[in-house]
Amino acid sequence: MHVSIKTALVLAAFTTTAHAFADAPLNVGISGEPYPPFTYKAASGDWTGFEVELAHAICAELERECEIAPTGWSGIIPSLQAERIDMIMNSMSITEQRQRVIAFTRPYYFTPGAYVAASERELVIPDDLDGLVMGVQSATTNATYARRALRDSGVDVRLYDQAEQVNSDLLAGRLDIVLADEIAMRQFLARDEAEAFEIKATAPHHDAYGEGIGIGLRQEDEALKAALDEAIAAVVEEGTCARLSEQFLGTDVCVYP
Amino acid sequence: MDFSWLSDPFYQEYLWQGFVNTLWLLLVSAVGGQLLAVGVALARLRGPRPLAWFAAAFSSVIRGTPLLVQLFFFYYGVGHLLEGVPGLRETWIWPLMRDPFFFGAVTFICSVGAYSGEVIRGAMLSVPPGELEAGRAFGLSGRQVLVRLWLPRAIQLCLPTLTGEMILLLKSIPLVSTIALMDLLQAANIIRDETFLVYEPLLLIAGIYLATTVVLTATLRLVEINFPGMRPRSRRWLPVR
Repeated sequence: MHVSIKTALVLAAFTTTAHAFADAPLNVGISGEPYPPFTYKAASGDWTGFEVELAHAICAELERECEIAPTGWSGIIPSLQAERIDMIMNSMSITEQRQRVIAFTRPYYFTPGAYVAASERELVIPDDLDGLVMGVQSATTNATYARRALRDSGVDVRLYDQAEQVNSDLLAGRLDIVLADEIAMRQFLARDEAEAFEIKATAPHHDAYGEGIGIGLRQEDEALKAALDEAIAAVVEEGTCARLSEQFLGTDVCVYP
Repeated sequence: MDFSWLSDPFYQEYLWQGFVNTLWLLLVSAVGGQLLAVGVALARLRGPRPLAWFAAAFSSVIRGTPLLVQLFFFYYGVGHLLEGVPGLRETWIWPLMRDPFFFGAVTFICSVGAYSGEVIRGAMLSVPPGELEAGRAFGLSGRQVLVRLWLPRAIQLCLPTLTGEMILLLKSIPLVSTIALMDLLQAANIIRDETFLVYEPLLLIAGIYLATTVVLTATLRLVEINFPGMRPRSRRWLPVR
């Protein structure tokens, strides 16, 4: 019984693949749970956001038709491998672990870590970090960066489970400075209670941050990877990416060659 | 099993720092907690009625709520309330208020005070009244009876239970990793985040906890044996009755 169901599923998968040839539209997998401002539903009911619009631009460059396919985030890699979607484009960091399972295009955007502290505090980073208490969220690239690169700066790094705990301790004065994702920090600073704080600097490129965000692909789709790499480079170079980034994120996060 | 990360000086330092913080927190909470426990027991048995009532309420609340909730209550609740007090940031207490160690210690002292307080109260009630009356008959004052007879006899009776409380305290300490204090569990989490190894760091710190418990038990056992009146004089372990 089990075997026959599995076989049926596999067959079904194959029949759909047979259609997904050449000129069939590319299914762009995004997280079904909205992830503003990268992917979210506009009032019209259509998906929009920085990555959705960027996907449309990339597809125009490829001269292929694309369909946005919302998929549960936790099952998005299995969906890719089951060929229900052809690429994953939703802020997926290029990590060593994922690269064992799927392939990535070249990175198209990268958000650095941003240092946030009270506006009245004069800071030169990293020289003035000595003796300060810095909060970071654990299990993030910022935590790794803080521990590795700022090791000799004399800063006291405190690790929190949740980003909101870090923000709350910064507001309460228990932390002098916070290192967190720049986009998230911009949203935090937009709050009334955070008006006395500002971004002091962004962290430089470092191994801890990886290469950035790329489009996830099946490892065997080498032709698609080559085409997408070129399309991304074109979209970045002609400034479409920067324009969309400014529009949705208020800053240019595109990765230039 | 991959333990190659153990040779990384980064991780060695985190583990060492976590271990030292764990021991410090254990020591501070154990000493502070036992002193509070004696106070709670005395307040419940001999205190004026409002104080006795307060001590009973304290025990019920602390023993009736999860330790993790208390830790968050003190760190994120009371801590943030106190920070709103004007002028506090300029006083000597401010550096303490910023330190998660302080809130961890306060939480554990309260916890030990409530649990051990009940143990000591029970032990004080089970000291035979005849012994206390004998003390009075020998001319000791009420205070002397308390300090030289009642308390020592009660502690003697409940020492093994208090040892158990200390071991439980040691194993509650990993909770402070949630308030951004570097303890053994947080060190293990760092190693997990960076190496993607889950079991090896946890196994290592489990081993460290086990070894610490063995040493702690042996040390407290020595205290038990050497506690006045515990040594067998005439082939009897406890000179009860």
